[in-house]
Amino acid sequence: MVGGWAIAVHGGAGVDPALPVERQEEARRVLVRCLTAGAAALRAGALALDVVEMVVRELETDPVFNSGRGSALTRKGTVEMEASIMDGRGRRCGAVSGISTVKNPVSLARLVMERSPHSYLAFDGAEDFARKQGVEMVDNSYFITEENLGMLKLAKAANSIMFDYRVPLTGADTCRASAGLVADVGGEMQMMNGLPISIYAPETVGCVVVDSAGRCAAATSTGGLMNKMNGRIGDSPLIGSGTYACDACAVSCTGEGEAIIRSTLARDVAALMEYKGLGLQEAVDYAVKERLDEGKAGLIAVGRNGEVAMGFNTVGMFRGCATEEGLMEVAIW
Amino acid sequence: MGWAIALHGGAGDIPFSLPEERRAPREATLRHCLDLGVAALRANRPPLDVVELVVRELENSPCYNAGKGSVLTTAGTVEMEACIMDGNTNNCGAVSGLSTVVNAISLARLVMEKTPHIYLAFDGAEAFAREQGVEIMDPSHFITPENIERLKNAKEANRVQIDYTQPIKANSTNDQGDSQIGTVGCVAVDNHGNLASATSTGGLVNKMVGRIGDTPIIGSGTYANPFCAVSATGKGESIIRATVARDVAALMEYKGLSLKEAAAYVVEKVPKGNVGLVAVSANGEVTMPFNTTGMFRACATEEGYSEIAIWPVDSNGISEDSQK
Repeated sequence: MVGGWAIAVHGGAGVDPALPVERQEEARRVLVRCLTAGAAALRAGALALDVVEMVVRELETDPVFNSGRGSALTRKGTVEMEASIMDGRGRRCGAVSGISTVKNPVSLARLVMERSPHSYLAFDGAEDFARKQGVEMVDNSYFITEENLGMLKLAKAANSIMFDYRVPLTGADTCRASAGLVADVGGEMQMMNGLPISIYAPETVGCVVVDSAGRCAAATSTGGLMNKMNGRIGDSPLIGSGTYACDACAVSCTGEGEAIIRSTLARDVAALMEYKGLGLQEAVDYAVKERLDEGKAGLIAVGRNGEVAMGFNTVGMFRGCATEEGLMEVAIW
Repeated sequence: MGWAIALHGGAGDIPFSLPEERRAPREATLRHCLDLGVAALRANRPPLDVVELVVRELENSPCYNAGKGSVLTTAGTVEMEACIMDGNTNNCGAVSGLSTVVNAISLARLVMEKTPHIYLAFDGAEAFAREQGVEIMDPSHFITPENIERLKNAKEANRVQIDYTQPIKANSTNDQGDSQIGTVGCVAVDNHGNLASATSTGGLVNKMVGRIGDTPIIGSGTYANPFCAVSATGKGESIIRATVARDVAALMEYKGLSLKEAAAYVVEKVPKGNVGLVAVSANGEVTMPFNTTGMFRACATEEGYSEIAIWPVDSNGISEDSQK
């Protein structure tokens, strides 16, 4: 089927197989809500760039996923968010990192693209720019959830000793001396980014859209890696790694940031189409299979012809898509 | 096959009328750095070590826009960034927002080798630098009178100045002052085909505080994989959009182009006046294309070719990226 709008969203790759059902349902509800809003906008003729921003704002505002409110915490217990946005038409782009008081980093990234002479602003400079632009700012504590404070403790402990997180902790934080490895059905430890999957917070949210005029756009936003070093930048704000859009397609990635950067994953999907002549799904499959080596990641993509493609080599990726033809689906596994 | 090395000190609108007293020290530095790099390759140092040591040398030179001699932000401060990548493993390291670290490229390498991360920036990067005990200096160490002058000119002209080889005149017929110059870089390959790339910069004159350019972005300003190693220079925003460094390698890998063809193709697709790059391939080839007026550059191969140049070489049969 040629033409027509399409939208895909993700809420992070690498999902704990033991994630409680209510959490899965909650995630699905948020994804459905975002897709529905995006689809409605597209039906009304909205531009791809506007839709990806709107959807990612939704995902940032909802604490369920790791971006904006609900972001993973740095090792100091603070939040440092980053985001990027790219307009396939003209390949304009904007990105921000080290954001700690701006309510919607993806919108700030867009302002960098449209209201500054640059493509990427970070830390104090980005926050200053935000103030001057009059965007909505809040205290850093707004972004921090109880749950993530708990996860941070577990992550710190895991970085030295492995343990079974499902056993309730006694005392402030303890690592049982008889700690055993968390194993899945296959008997192997599921790990991502050096943490057991059970306490790994899926990184990142993202949205890719092709609108009814065939324009593609992508946006990605995240709090980054749980217990990351302060100042650590991941793949999400890096054009060509976590986010990419051109005339042919738009891509947003999620997973182990370092693996995504090393493989310039988002750009590679487009390059495979452009230089190797692969179709969208072929390019996505090739990139996930051949480019990640030991890395764990996933991605969503749309093509100018209204196609949607997704791929991941992790256990699960929170995702969903909708097309003009009427397809709407949300999935985790 | 054989070793090869190429390095640059920035592409941009370098005027043909560049006075001798500004040209000579820059050429001398290129020559010196080339000699250092060649000696290291001949001594069988790994390319990763070679590109780091050459870029350190360029950072230490006050006449290039990296380390000491970095251009200034709009606040009159220095914010340096750098990136290094190992072609064999695709391991990489990057830093941004440094103000006291003497050699940003070495800190980038430490991020790669001593942390689980790839990229550290601003306060976090400075804190890491102190933990690692790298050489640091007061921020004033990096600021040169020339750059204070450039910033003043840029503010007067109310522009983000990128061409630092000449002051912006009020009625300059140059483009809007957006032709970038600045950034240093080095790529190298040994005679086993091991590749590495390194880039370092102070960024744009009068840039906004917190502005990050292409240099530390893997795939934009810096890239290396088993096919080639690339270091780009020019207008950061254009290089990011075009994922310049990654595209050279992708064209070789996915489209089967040669190093020279791939590099020329990429440079041509970026708007004129905005980009230059140096690249070497696993086979020991070198190319140094640019679409600006000039690019400070130098290269050498095991086969005996060597070149140090600023503008396109005269067309007397030798193109600037020929190998023989």
